[in-house]
Amino acid sequence: MGSVTSELPLQRTPLADAAETGLKIVVVGGFGVGKTTLVRSVSEIRPLNTEEVMTQAGRGVDETTGVEQKTTTTVAFDFGRISLNQHMVLYLFGAPGQERFWFLWDRLFSGTLGAVVLVDTRRMEDSWYAIDRLEHHRTPFVVAVNRFDGDDRRFSLEEIRQSLALGEHVPMIDCDARLRSSCKEVLICLVDHLYALALSQEGTP
Amino acid sequence: MIRKPVDVGDPDRLYMVTGGRSEADDSFDLVTLVVSESEPTQGMQSEHVRILELCRHPTAVVEISAELALPVTVVRILLGDLHDMGKVSARHPRAAASVAGLPETALLQEVLHGLRNL
Repeated sequence: MGSVTSELPLQRTPLADAAETGLKIVVVGGFGVGKTTLVRSVSEIRPLNTEEVMTQAGRGVDETTGVEQKTTTTVAFDFGRISLNQHMVLYLFGAPGQERFWFLWDRLFSGTLGAVVLVDTRRMEDSWYAIDRLEHHRTPFVVAVNRFDGDDRRFSLEEIRQSLALGEHVPMIDCDARLRSSCKEVLICLVDHLYALALSQEGTP
Repeated sequence: MIRKPVDVGDPDRLYMVTGGRSEADDSFDLVTLVVSESEPTQGMQSEHVRILELCRHPTAVVEISAELALPVTVVRILLGDLHDMGKVSARHPRAAASVAGLPETALLQEVLHGLRNL
């Protein structure tokens, strides 16, 4: 199924009744980099959108009134779904990498298998913050470079690795977020990486 | 002039829905699968009714949130109520929180297998 656009059902498709294990993978990247496109390409449902709000007492106290200020953080994200088998279902979240999003990381994405950082070579600086935060949260990730039309591969993966100051241990992969087969390879690249990490950890008790 | 803190969105509606509570039941992960254990009954809060209808088949918390157009926290509060009343059961993710922070290789192998068969 390498079609460019897959026809997704309009009606909600329920999961198998035997479904028991939900899994998470997060796709992060700058605005317009193709996160939603990637999610749509591999999802079995039309991507859905939701939000989380967090109200925090602000640190600053209004000195004239003594009233503590509250700030409300709203983060919207979209997601798709892949039934891996009768029991396991993988949810794929497309999330903005901006600062406020990371306040909600622990609440929303603790226990995530790993992350895909989607990179646009025209705006690589958009990925720095996301990479920094993922390292901070110790979330394993791979970097997928979305090669848009007209990206004549001016930058090789090695050049991009240097530009992002990525360690050799972080896998990188080229992709076209519009292609289902390509997005599938990105996910396999991530899970292969996780598998290798888990294996080496199990080997060193 | 005293300015009050301004909340964005429509918190009044959210407070109505949750009966004024804002602390959610953290046991419900985004991908916890929820299943109805009974049919809606007369006089039930409309959000509870919708959740029970949606969850006739297993439905993830995040899907319930999207379908009801309510923030995840609000859905967690509603699910906590339904769970306490025995109206829903929850299938929590098993991948979460191993000591080393990584899932088991057996689980990852299953994921790989599923992805390759897409």
